[in-house]
Parts: sequence; C-alpha cells; structure tokens
Amino acid sequence: MPTINSIEDLKKLREEAQKIKEMRDQTGKTQIVVGMGTIGIAAGARETLKSILTFIEENNLPDVILRQTGNLGLSGMDPVVKVTLPDKEEVVYCNVNTDIARKIMQEHVVDGNVLDEHKVKE
Amino acid sequence: MAYYRSTILVSMDPICIEKGALEIKEQIIEELKLQRILDEVEILDIPRIGDPETEGPDILVYPEGSHYIALTPESVRPLVVEHFIKGRELQQYSARMRDLMDEEVREPKDKEVRVILENIGKIDPRNIEDYIAVDGYAALAKVLTEMTPDDVIQTVIDSKLRGRGGAGFPAGLKWKFANQAPGSPKYMVCNADEGDPGAFMNRKVLEGDPHSVIEGMAIGAYAVGSNQGYVYCRAEYPIAVSTLNIAIKQAKEYGLLGKNIMGTDFSFDLEVRMGAGAFVCGEETALIASIEGNRGEPRVRPPFPATKGLWGKPTNINNVETYANVPRIIHRGLDWYTSLGSEKSKGTKTFALAGDVAHTGLIEVPFGMTLREIIYDIGGGIKDGKAFKAVQTGGPMGGCLPTSNLDLAVDYETLGAAGSIMGSGGMVVMDENTCMVDIARFFMEFTQEESCGKCVPCRVGTRRILEILERICAGEGMPEDIPMLRSLCDEIKQDSLCGLGQGAPNPVVSTLNHFLDEYEAHIYEKRCPAKVCRNLISYHISEENCTGCTVCARNCPVNAITGERKQLHVIDQDACIRCGICFQVCNFDAVEVN
Repeated sequence: MPTINSIEDLKKLREEAQKIKEMRDQTGKTQIVVGMGTIGIAAGARETLKSILTFIEENNLPDVILRQTGNLGLSGMDPVVKVTLPDKEEVVYCNVNTDIARKIMQEHVVDGNVLDEHKVKE
Repeated sequence: MAYYRSTILVSMDPICIEKGALEIKEQIIEELKLQRILDEVEILDIPRIGDPETEGPDILVYPEGSHYIALTPESVRPLVVEHFIKGRELQQYSARMRDLMDEEVREPKDKEVRVILENIGKIDPRNIEDYIAVDGYAALAKVLTEMTPDDVIQTVIDSKLRGRGGAGFPAGLKWKFANQAPGSPKYMVCNADEGDPGAFMNRKVLEGDPHSVIEGMAIGAYAVGSNQGYVYCRAEYPIAVSTLNIAIKQAKEYGLLGKNIMGTDFSFDLEVRMGAGAFVCGEETALIASIEGNRGEPRVRPPFPATKGLWGKPTNINNVETYANVPRIIHRGLDWYTSLGSEKSKGTKTFALAGDVAHTGLIEVPFGMTLREIIYDIGGGIKDGKAFKAVQTGGPMGGCLPTSNLDLAVDYETLGAAGSIMGSGGMVVMDENTCMVDIARFFMEFTQEESCGKCVPCRVGTRRILEILERICAGEGMPEDIPMLRSLCDEIKQDSLCGLGQGAPNPVVSTLNHFLDEYEAHIYEKRCPAKVCRNLISYHISEENCTGCTVCARNCPVNAITGERKQLHVIDQDACIRCGICFQVCNFDAVEVN
C-alpha cells in the first residue's frame, strides 16, 4: 500500500486511479468486437486483432474498446469484426484480413464512413 | 502510451494476498506468456474488489467488466484460454458485477444540482482510489500546503456555508469560535445521528461517499487545531458504520489520516462512535454526553461546545452534509460555490422526498428553489393524479405547509418564516386523502416517545398534546381542546431546553394555523374530512352498485356483512371495525365511506 507523503504522491495516485476508473466507464466509446471462435482463429482472426491493436496504438485512439467474442455464427465469413460507433448502429464486417482491418479502422472508426463493400450481406 | 485490448485488475487486499493473490497474478502472467498474448493484456494491482473473505482472490477484467472470484491455481489456465483466447466468460468463476447504482438515488432530474450526491453510485465507497480519482483529498492537500488555518476559516465564512443539521448556523463562524477557544486538546465531531422518520440523506452519503466526510473533517480539524475526531453514527446504520470504518482504515493506510498527513506536521485521527438511536442524541450537547458514555440528555447552552464540549474541551460539531460540502468549496473555489443557492443560503441541499409523491428518494437542489418545483418538476407531482394538500419539511419538528406556500423559495429564512424548518432535509408530501389532525398526532407520538424527559414541559406537555389529539381523532374532541392545544404548544416551545422540545409543537401549530377547519370538523361535526380517522367514518354498501357477489362478506374479518347471493349486502355498523377491507376488495365500487 503506497503511503502518500506529498502532493506529488497524491497526484500520481490520482492519475493511476483515474485510468482504472476510465476503463470501467464504457459509455461514449467506440466498440470493436472480433469474433474469435475456433474457426475465426483458424481463418486468421488473431492477425486481424493484432493489426487493429497496432492501428489503435499507432494512431493513439483513446476512446476505442477492443473486445473479442466467440463464434458469431457467420460460418464461411470469418474473420468477423463488429464496429459500433457511439450512438450509431452496429456494423458487421466479414472476411476481414489485416489489410481490410486497417482500412476499416481508418475509414470507419476514424473518418466515420461505413465500408459497404465489406459489410455482411443481409 | 501503449494500448492494451484487455486489462486485468488484481485485488491486492491483505486477505487476498494471504489467500494467494500474488501467486495467482504470477500464474496469469506465465499463462499469458505461454499463449503469446502478454503484450496485449495489461495487469494492474488495485487495493480491493469484492469482499476478500468470501470472494478473494479475485480479479476484474476490462473492458468486459468480468469479475472472477475465489480463484485457485488450477483455475488460471482455463480462465486465460476461455476469456482471452476464445473470448468467453468462464461462468464457473465469474460473479455478477457489483451493481453500484441503487434505487434510493435516481438519475438526477434536469433541475437538480448534485454536489453532495455527485459521487454516489459512481464511485466505489469501499475503494479510496475511486475517491482520489475524482479529485478526492486534493482539497486537503491544498489546505495543508497552501493555506493557514485562518485562511481556511475565512474561506468557509465567505462561502456562507450553513450547518446542514437543521439550525443553519454559519459553519465558518463555528470553526472560528472553536479555533479561538482556549484549551487543548480540541475535538472534531461529526453528527451522523440522523433520526428523522423517512430521512436518509446522511446515511447515503456515509454509505456512498464516506471519504468526502472524512476529508471535510480533516480540513476542519486543521482549521480548528484539532487532532482527534469522532463520527457519532447510530447503530441502526450498520452499513454506514462499516463503510465508514473501511474508509477510515484505508485513509490511514494511505497516510491521509494519522500522523504527519502528506508529509506535513498536521496529524488527525478519526474514530466512529455508535449511538443506540435515541432521537435526542442528534442534539449536540446530548450527542456529546452520549460519546462520553453518559446518558444522552441535552444541557444548558452556553457554554457552547465550541468552548466547552467533549470532555470539557473545545469541540467543533457539524453535520455529515456540512462536512461533505467543505472539500468541494476548497477545491472548486468560492465563486463556484456562491453561484449556487439563494442570497442568504448558499450551495445545495439534499432532501429525502417521501410520501404521496410520484418519485420518492434522495434529491439535491440549490437553495432558493420553490416547493412547487421540487414536488412537481423533480418529484413528478402527486401520486395517482390526486391533489396536493400539504408538505412537511424538516422532520418531526417541522411544520406542514399548505398549497398557498407552494411557491415559497426553500431556504432557512423562508421556511422559518412560514412556520416550518429546514431541518436536516426530510420532506413528506401529503395528498388530499391525508387527515391533518392524524398527521399531527403521528408526529406528536414520535416526539413524545423520543423526549428524553429532562424538561417537564417537553416530557409532560408532549404527552398531554398527544392525548388531546388522540381524543380528537377518536371523535371525542371538545371545543376547548383547540385553545388548550395552542397554549400547550406555546409553553412547550418557550420552556424546553433543546431543539426537540422547542420544535415538538411545530406540526400541531402549523396544522392549527393552516388546517383549522379539519380540527373543527373532527370536534364539532364528529367528521373526518379525509376519511382517515376510524372512529369518525363508517362504511356502507350502496344499493345501486351492489351485485351481491359476496366478496365483501367473505373477506370481512369480523363477519359484519350479511346478504344472500345476488342480493344487496348490509354492513352491521355495531360489529364493523372499519378496517376498510370491504372497500378494497369490492369490484363494483359499491362500498362507500362516509
């Protein structure tokens, strides 16, 4: 347990505590979900996830939450990525390889334009 | 800053460590390494998550917010594989996330301004870091490093912060008196003996944001020159007491209470003292007597506690909400604070809205808001579309205000002038079906029971008033009862020592002033206009609506209803106990109350 001996200690602790608190607050953030069932992983979902992670890190996007889920039930379409911008409809992309993932990140998540050509057909 | 897709928070509570939290953490790191995802996952320590006794060692995983409890070495591998590789929650070890929001405090309405309640439901009261994250203890740091005790006192005086316990005495002045009083040691006391029926503002603050009170007390202690404080809390608030004790323990561990706080030469320690729940112990001198271990009875003031308080030493005593205001005033500044509220009463006030209002619960509004806004805009108006009759502010010592007072701007002066009090913030709304004589009787029953018995006017007088009110409600009121009530009220008010006796007649006086017609109806016409007082009402079955379904007869507990199937039923008035069950069960509105 850290003892607070000065204002600097308090400030340091506050920053750490704020970071933890921020994580719990998910409202108003972009959610990206990668389907990581057995098939998803076999189809390359790991690499997709990695490339999304790298993109977020490179572009310093603080308000993005990246999660994974199991099989989304869209067989033959893996890797599948779901993107939900704040207050927007969920968009599901299929066959997302690393290149498409970066494109989705840039054009959809950053610029806000849905990429219709990669969307799952209804 | 590196970006991680997941963050694991590991509870580092001493009990969790004892149960192997450190080993679990090591294992998780090993396993993540094995799965080659260590670079994607961040691992942090936090002081505590769930209850370490039953749930430790436990971890939280974000962003999902999954809470895994009672982890064992064997559980780590399946957990990592399931959660981090396959993205599924491992049900076996997962616990429902503790719900921080609760139904007693709703989402704020548009007109509300939340200052005291702002953190409640948003931070974890059992985790000091949550409070620190919302700038907690920043005010204490500022006070200890940048301000002299006199600066602090002047700031609180300038903020016009007034005691939230009821009397509304300027808090800064109180601090000044205690600061200037000769004698040592000096004590800080927090009055958490909240006893008004239906009021729970202080309990909620202690349960939801205990550190704001601790910080406020520490700031006050610095200003007054005290090194020891006590929180006097009633034993009926076990959760508040345990939360407060956890908060105090954590503050001590972090060096925010105890010796040499934040490396300065200021020391302050805090203890919780439990009271047995006598209402009179909310009076400051009775409270002090109770902490000392004596019988909780008030004494004559002066000397005031500021000069001669706990164990005869200078003592500053404020209410929970008063202390909770202090860190906010210091941290956000005078300009911000004085922009809230009315001319003479600054800041906000919490109220426990209760009674016949659509949305009950805790609210917080700036001083100067009208009763109408509070009841209709925030409380959502009267339940079931009924008409408003009266609102009682300030707990059992407060008065009932009628419709004509609805546009009163709520602050200490206006409520006092209208014959009620601010009190600690109880607000009971009554609809048209409330009998005001019965309400006066109800409150008098409470004060009569809670009178400590030290002063004769209060001890005997409240008993006499109660007897008269009971008589009126029973239909045996006499014309001389009204002047008798008035004179008793005057005498009790004048001759009692403390606020309990002085305030006890308020509900009677205010109902006599505003609802005299109801008293008269009870006494002269033997009629209860609101149809509440049992002895003054009777139930009848209307010939028109009765279908002879026999439901009332079957439900009557004393078999007072007779009648054949499909025939008109009749209530035997001599046997009827006026329980009202027939009225409730009738599906055809055939039972009438007269």
